[in-house]
Amino acid sequence: MRVEMFTFLLAGLICLGGALGVVLFRNTVHNALSLVATLFGVAVLFIAQEAYFLAAVQVIVYAGAIVILFLFVIMLLGVDRADQMGVDPIVGQRTAAVVFGVAILGLSLVALLSGPEVVTGTPATTAALSSDIPDVNQIGEALFTDYVFAFEITAVLLTIAVVGAVVLARRSDGPVIDEDEFDGTALDALALEEPSDVGDPDQDTADGADPGSGADETDPDDLEEASR
Amino acid sequence: MDPLLSGDVGLAEILIVLLKVVVAFAALLIGVMLMVWFERKLVADMQNRLGPNRAGPFGVLQTLADGIKLFFKEELSPQNADPFVYRLAPYLSLIPAFLVFAVVPIAGNFSGDNDGVVTMFGHETLMQVADPQIGILLVLAMSSVAVYGIMLAGWSSGSKYPLLGSVRATSQMVSYEAALGLSVATVLIVAGSLSTNLIVDGQAGGRWNLWMTGLVPFVVFLIAGTAELNRPPFDLVEAEQELVGGFHTEYTALRFAMFFLAEFMNTVTMSAIIVTLFFGGPSGPSFGLDGWFADYVLGFGYFFAKLLVFLFVFVWFRATLPRLRYDQLMDLGWKLLIPLALGWFLVVAAVKVAIDTTWNVAVVLGVAAAGLLLGGMLLKLAIRSGSEHRTDEFVGGDR
Repeated sequence: MRVEMFTFLLAGLICLGGALGVVLFRNTVHNALSLVATLFGVAVLFIAQEAYFLAAVQVIVYAGAIVILFLFVIMLLGVDRADQMGVDPIVGQRTAAVVFGVAILGLSLVALLSGPEVVTGTPATTAALSSDIPDVNQIGEALFTDYVFAFEITAVLLTIAVVGAVVLARRSDGPVIDEDEFDGTALDALALEEPSDVGDPDQDTADGADPGSGADETDPDDLEEASR
Repeated sequence: MDPLLSGDVGLAEILIVLLKVVVAFAALLIGVMLMVWFERKLVADMQNRLGPNRAGPFGVLQTLADGIKLFFKEELSPQNADPFVYRLAPYLSLIPAFLVFAVVPIAGNFSGDNDGVVTMFGHETLMQVADPQIGILLVLAMSSVAVYGIMLAGWSSGSKYPLLGSVRATSQMVSYEAALGLSVATVLIVAGSLSTNLIVDGQAGGRWNLWMTGLVPFVVFLIAGTAELNRPPFDLVEAEQELVGGFHTEYTALRFAMFFLAEFMNTVTMSAIIVTLFFGGPSGPSFGLDGWFADYVLGFGYFFAKLLVFLFVFVWFRATLPRLRYDQLMDLGWKLLIPLALGWFLVVAAVKVAIDTTWNVAVVLGVAAAGLLLGGMLLKLAIRSGSEHRTDEFVGGDR
């Protein structure tokens, strides 16, 4: 019991410290790192509750992918300086934040202090699931039997989101900067004035190349240079 | 679960765990020291040079000499650096490298009903620091944490080449983690457990996952693992010709030594993970032997022999393969390795279901292979038409 209490207090402290850091630090990267600390604290709490799989997924997905993505955006866009804090994007968002924050805190306190059965009518789960079956197996079985429809719907939702992101990110305007990425077949579609241009003996001798082999050994780079 | 921790945990159990931690730590450090020497010597051989040959016999103490030199050098930190993150980053790189090794079984007798349990000072235990239920997921989690070390090192240096190096590193490691995870998933389907002990136990008697999963996941894992390590031919992260030295350009002395150590430690651990997942770890024929010899000497002997093969392979890659271009790297990861690993995962899952439900395996295999082929062709068509579509836009927008 003492070990569990100690673990809970330490992990709780890390969670809270990280959460405060997310709000209070001025530097965006420090904010993101504080978020990682909070996520790790939550992962430790999961392990204390014997939810090993959740803890691992917490670290892999949230710390390993999502915050990395945040940091990536911060680095690439260079928003590591303190932003303009004077102007609110939404009118009255600070007041609303305070009101809703206090309301959620009050609700949680009421639910916590009024005992385990008041809110939903059924007793809250307070003990770890004592079972010999590993939690990975239990989660897997629940996901692919009882909740398989919800699981599939979620998968479809994620796929739609990915497709939507790709469609939104596609832009056809503006100059293309990665010409060299296209292979030969794509270059054919560029409507270059090829054989007549490339096979032109004058140009080939000007480049110092052998006029005979120039026509059939043209690789895409040569084509491009020749067209310029 | 480790039988040591299944009952009451007293002082003796804690001392045994501490002993295992210290031994694993020391063994890994010495292993890394020898690995650096091994790599330099081997690359020198392959390039027709002598390599280190001054400090100690065959230059084996060269790494120690370099370490001591780095230890006494002055710590510099750039003017634009973010002081806290700059100091934090080397540790974020080093600690995950250590933690991964905790789940690797390095000895033990897996023949018969032994399950790799050894008796240490009258207590039954496993020859690995920890055997958590999530086993191999810990490896994936730590490899995703390791990204932070490199990413923050580059950012906090306040200098452009390290930043470019770390941006490359992050996108590369995050991309290849997907292929890595999918090839591990195939192994997990065959093994039926996440625990490294059970994965090794399931491969005892020559039923190595290498052929139980049909070779493809191993190839994907080896390539993705090399990319995850940022080793050549995937070392765009620190490409000297382009980025000076990559993410650790601005690091000196002990902090640089930590990155260096972490890199080689990751190479050793990745080889150990490959051996554990695909080559049966410390399992092997015990020749009817029992007791401490089969537990420690034979088990560790098998493990070390297999490990050495992959350490050699990684050095061999470095000495022979030219570095990939950035778009080739991304194409290989996203358009080849991930679809291949995913498709193979589906085929292995179908075969597993067929065996469990006594369907005709040959028919299922045929259908699965046909599905895989169809999916592959559709993907190829999609990539081709996507590329042509982009070219059309290119023509329309540019001219």
